Amino acid sequence: MTAVAVQPSLGRRFVAGLGTPSGAVFLLLVALLVAVVVANPNFADPNQLVRFLARTAPIAIAAIGQFFVIVSGEFDLSMGAVIATQVVIAGNVIGQDEAMILPGIALMLLVGVVVGVVNGLLTTVAKVPSFIVTLGMMLALYGFVRFLTGGAATGNPVDSFREIGRGLLLDTIPYPVIMLIVVGAAAWALMRAPYGQTLLAVGDNPVTARLSGTRTVVVKTSAFVLSALAATVAGILLVGYAGVHPSIGQGYEFQAITAVVLGGAVLGGGRGWVLSAAAGAISLELLFTLLNIAGIDATWRPTVQGAIIIAAVALGGVAWRAARKPSAPAAAARAEDPDPAPPSKTTTPPITTTTGEQ
Amino acid sequence: MRHTRKGLVVAALGAAIVLAACSTDGSVDPSANPDTGTEQPAETQASGEWFDQAVYDEQFEQRSATFEGDPETPWLQYIDGEMTDTAEWATDEPMRACFANASISNPWRQTGFITMQQQAEALTESGVLASMEVRDAGDDDNTQIADIDYFISQGDCDAFIISPNSTAALTPAVERACETGRPVIVFDRGVDTDCATSFIHPIGGYAWGIDTAEFLIDNLDEGSNIVALRILPGVDVLEHRWAAAEKLLTEAGMNVEDHFTGADPTEIKSIITDALSAGDVDGIWMDAGDGAVAAIEAFEDAGAELPVITGEDEMSFLRAWQERDITALGPVYSNFQWRTPLLALEMIANGEPVPTEWVLPQVPVTEDDRDALIEANEGMPDGHYARFGGEDLPGFPDAWQNR
Repeated sequence: MTAVAVQPSLGRRFVAGLGTPSGAVFLLLVALLVAVVVANPNFADPNQLVRFLARTAPIAIAAIGQFFVIVSGEFDLSMGAVIATQVVIAGNVIGQDEAMILPGIALMLLVGVVVGVVNGLLTTVAKVPSFIVTLGMMLALYGFVRFLTGGAATGNPVDSFREIGRGLLLDTIPYPVIMLIVVGAAAWALMRAPYGQTLLAVGDNPVTARLSGTRTVVVKTSAFVLSALAATVAGILLVGYAGVHPSIGQGYEFQAITAVVLGGAVLGGGRGWVLSAAAGAISLELLFTLLNIAGIDATWRPTVQGAIIIAAVALGGVAWRAARKPSAPAAAARAEDPDPAPPSKTTTPPITTTTGEQ
Repeated sequence: MRHTRKGLVVAALGAAIVLAACSTDGSVDPSANPDTGTEQPAETQASGEWFDQAVYDEQFEQRSATFEGDPETPWLQYIDGEMTDTAEWATDEPMRACFANASISNPWRQTGFITMQQQAEALTESGVLASMEVRDAGDDDNTQIADIDYFISQGDCDAFIISPNSTAALTPAVERACETGRPVIVFDRGVDTDCATSFIHPIGGYAWGIDTAEFLIDNLDEGSNIVALRILPGVDVLEHRWAAAEKLLTEAGMNVEDHFTGADPTEIKSIITDALSAGDVDGIWMDAGDGAVAAIEAFEDAGAELPVITGEDEMSFLRAWQERDITALGPVYSNFQWRTPLLALEMIANGEPVPTEWVLPQVPVTEDDRDALIEANEGMPDGHYARFGGEDLPGFPDAWQNR
């Protein structure tokens, strides 16, 4: 958050945090939750809530993965295709053979790493815009999935493997919820660590970051690897939850980007909170649930999503600036800045805490 | 200054979206097909409705019609009607068949296409066919039009077989194929022309809708809650299923809500979970069996009582039905129709007349014949269709098992 010369009290920082886009998404989440419960009181039942969270876990995890890439200043459009690929691999490699579960998971993780490395290197070393690299990766992987399946559902993997996405720990907490908590905690810790600061710095101003000795190739590539691995985990959960179908994961890349943007991360990189991305994903699902209860056709979802992306990006830029104004000493100078880019893009030195993850 | 402009842009975008929402609502023409032919006459296009009383009545009758031919080979059975004279094409030479396929992007088409290839193999051995060249349009109208034109201009085809991707868009291409003077066989989905030598299809979507709706009405009380899971809008064979079922279910006083799922099991599970959190769900109606297992699992995950459900004759559904012993029906869109076009070519080569509109039987799987069908299809993958009708073809069962 906006660190200032004088450290304000915890309470004031909390309130100020809620005023930023990344904090506001938590208010949005609570508001949507209340709205859903009002529309359907059964939803307040703890069992229902937990089950809802389990269902949302894959997209929330995908959003966390996408966050790393976006905050580093890039896009990952290949996520949905990675999920579909992993789902199909699970169906084909693991199949009905329990002995293949561990090798199957190992293979899926390996595929995830390879996809991430290829995305990252093509973006950083070959200097192809990530938009194009991951779009190409998406098409390549969908082609592979079509080749393997012919575009139709194939057999589900063995039930014991599917438990990861379907089962409950101690008959109460679904495994996907545990997975989401673990991934969320790890991502939070990672963003607090030096790695997270470097990632934000690279996204904020790659030139300065490089000049100050950051290995941008390694940092950005690792962000793509994290994204592909998040997609892999989401795929494992989804194949457990729902079974094998080539359409699984389709559209997840945009849903994840919407969630990240809704979570207040700035497209172009350099700013955002990772847990807000997860909150954005859950808010989005709550919104869809609300629309569903209200009897609005699911066919409208892409429209809603498109509107949210545009509105969140537009408002986010304004709101971040507004949130920074009272505390940022250079605000007055920036207001005169003729450059249309967000002020931090041009004037903030990379390693200061002004762009920090909280 | 910049702030104001940004605000304006956001407001304008919001307004544009709201306007778009208003202007498209209800004006979506699902088929853009004003000049309907023999197969789908006079749908009420203007209101975007898919229900057609005359076709509905016809299919209602056909469900109990008498079929000519041996019930042991249902793929050769037909309802007595107009025949096309084929004497001009009689030949002793093996024929080169050209097949323009819409796609193999669902398990039903994949199963049928295997059956067709095995039938082609049998007919190649018996000297009826020299070859069958196949072009797959990948669910794309333009690709399929190009495929058909390629077949025509290549001039290497003795006969055309076309499984159209969509009705209106493919009609001109089918007409061009007819103009070559060679036999044209259309099957599965129809086109708006009667120029084809034979149009082969099972009774149809309305019959499916009637069978399934009657089953739900018989097994549920009035006022029950039924969730209908539909794959996608705008495909005639699917729309007709729902049009008939919706009519009957609503008339019987059921509470129905329908959703599009894209056959995506995650979507199906979410829809059912949401519906269960809002109240009881007593019945599930599906326009295809693909995804029925996900629907059943959603009830189990929620700890809810299993519903009365109509799926399809897909193995995954039949097996899930047997394992749990639910009250269910497996409606059928006869998969064995994929054999019939090639067998029609054999009749044409022999100079025998073929039915101009070849209506094949379409018999739902009931609890009484479920177990026998599962046994007969043992070892088949989940995406296989029980009434595929290829047991007597070469390569059985390996060709269907190793897909």
